Amino acid sequence: MSTNDLFLKVESLAKSYPGNSEPVFDEVNFGIRRGEFVCLIGHSGCGKTTILNVLAGLETASAGHVFMDQREVSGPSLERGVVFQGHALMPWLSVRKNIAFAVRSKWPDWSAAQVDEHVEKYVSLVGLSSAIDKKPSALSGGMKQRVGIARAFAIEPKMLLLDEPFGALDALTRGTIQDELLRICAETRQTVFMITHDVDEAILLADTILLMSNGPQARVAEAVRNPLPRNRERARLHHEPLYYPLRNHLVDFLVSRSKHLSHGRAPSTPSEVHPSLDNNPDRPALHRVA
Amino acid sequence: MKTAHKQRLQSGLLSLLILGCLLGLWYLATLPSGAAAGTKLTPEQIEYQKMLGKSPEVEKANNGFPTLGQMGETIAINLADPFYDKGPNDKGIAIQLGHSLGRVALGFGIAALLAIPLGFLIGMSPMIYRALDPFIQLLKPISPLAWMPLALYTIKDSAISGVFVIFICSVWPMLINTAFGVAGVRREWLNVAKTLEVSRWRLAFEVILPAAAPTILTGMRISMGIAWLVIVAAEMLVGGTGIGYFVWNEWNNLSLTNVIFAILVIGVVGMVLDLMFARAQKAVTYVD
Repeated sequence: MSTNDLFLKVESLAKSYPGNSEPVFDEVNFGIRRGEFVCLIGHSGCGKTTILNVLAGLETASAGHVFMDQREVSGPSLERGVVFQGHALMPWLSVRKNIAFAVRSKWPDWSAAQVDEHVEKYVSLVGLSSAIDKKPSALSGGMKQRVGIARAFAIEPKMLLLDEPFGALDALTRGTIQDELLRICAETRQTVFMITHDVDEAILLADTILLMSNGPQARVAEAVRNPLPRNRERARLHHEPLYYPLRNHLVDFLVSRSKHLSHGRAPSTPSEVHPSLDNNPDRPALHRVA
Repeated sequence: MKTAHKQRLQSGLLSLLILGCLLGLWYLATLPSGAAAGTKLTPEQIEYQKMLGKSPEVEKANNGFPTLGQMGETIAINLADPFYDKGPNDKGIAIQLGHSLGRVALGFGIAALLAIPLGFLIGMSPMIYRALDPFIQLLKPISPLAWMPLALYTIKDSAISGVFVIFICSVWPMLINTAFGVAGVRREWLNVAKTLEVSRWRLAFEVILPAAAPTILTGMRISMGIAWLVIVAAEMLVGGTGIGYFVWNEWNNLSLTNVIFAILVIGVVGMVLDLMFARAQKAVTYVD
């Protein structure tokens, strides 16, 4: 694959804070193809959220560049929708008005009826039509996060950025919303970059899982291609023969290898990993393609 | 639910009981002492009193504090015709009140027009905040009445000076609260607005203003409370019209019933003003 096919390209991104000798991360390089769902996993403090904020244009990196659709990202843009860690809904507005706020930002010339129609479409997409006129305070955590997702989708961005959107939800709710997100992304062929802590979430949702080493001087060490078919389902996932090799690889990285790769010991270009079944079922081999 | 209702009933009854006790105390304290003092006056003394315009039959010889009956009479007289105007020193209570409320509204309104936009600016910019902070800290603790001589000298108009004093006392709480509220708007809401490329105008009016509104309203409520305290004192100094001047005038007339009546009116109006702002505050408060 040539680098020109990439929809989003991150080159040598680094972030350091004054007073710290070592940068939080440096030489972060990766790319995302159009329509691809990419998850970034790593331990707390390695700068995942900072990377997402740089992609969103909310923070500036100390060095490096981000290109989206051949153009450099230099500030926030309606082309990138963001779902924040806390839902970040405005508590004085109803669900309808929260989403309408975003819709009117994208299409300022639309009539009230047009805006409303668009809002209702995206609210029903996340299954919240019955709660459309409620204030966020009357919604559960999962519903709030759904509204946040609907708001990000409603502006029909070229790319969606999600910062641990399900971190604060209980396991059951999380599962339901993951399924929903998977379905919506499949319908809209949305390009997504998502941060998560949860290995299973990444396996379910992502086409490519980026593994980040620990900080300081963290890097994206590996790009693991998800070998499971794209029509993954949560219920069937653990019956897939490749599920455990993949999961073990991710967990091994997070538990042991990530800490040995801090202080810039990780490669500056992530090695591409394609988990597959080996002849020896006890020790799944991993074919590395550098 | 039932216990809450019961409790409310109980506290209402207790309030009534306290009111009854206070009125009873007042009644007992102003009872004529022993034999009517009027009988001790010689006919000459009575004649002299009548020449002074007093009627010793009515004027009781207690310590001079009005009785409940006299109080009720005064209230009835004042409320019967609140709008009369018999020259500069004799106007109905409603007219005096109108003057005071007008001054407060004007001074408070000008203060709000200045303090809220300026507070926005200060809240948005830490640099401007630091630059203006020493001035605010220095000017805030000054009693608004201390400005009066300066205002009278420079403005040369007592009515406008009164308005100025109200302005200067209500500007600080509004300014500080607005700045505080604006500075405290959640980062995440601002980030949402940024990623949506919201214009500055929409950011100010659709994000920051509603987010900071409860804090701003708190400042306005405090300001209104202070303004209503200060207007009485200011009108006592400036004279002419207003509820404060009414109190001062009735003191000079030695009409304690009218003074007490004015005090009650000041209390009731102050309470109503505060309730209005409490309502407004409730309307803009959001549950997070």
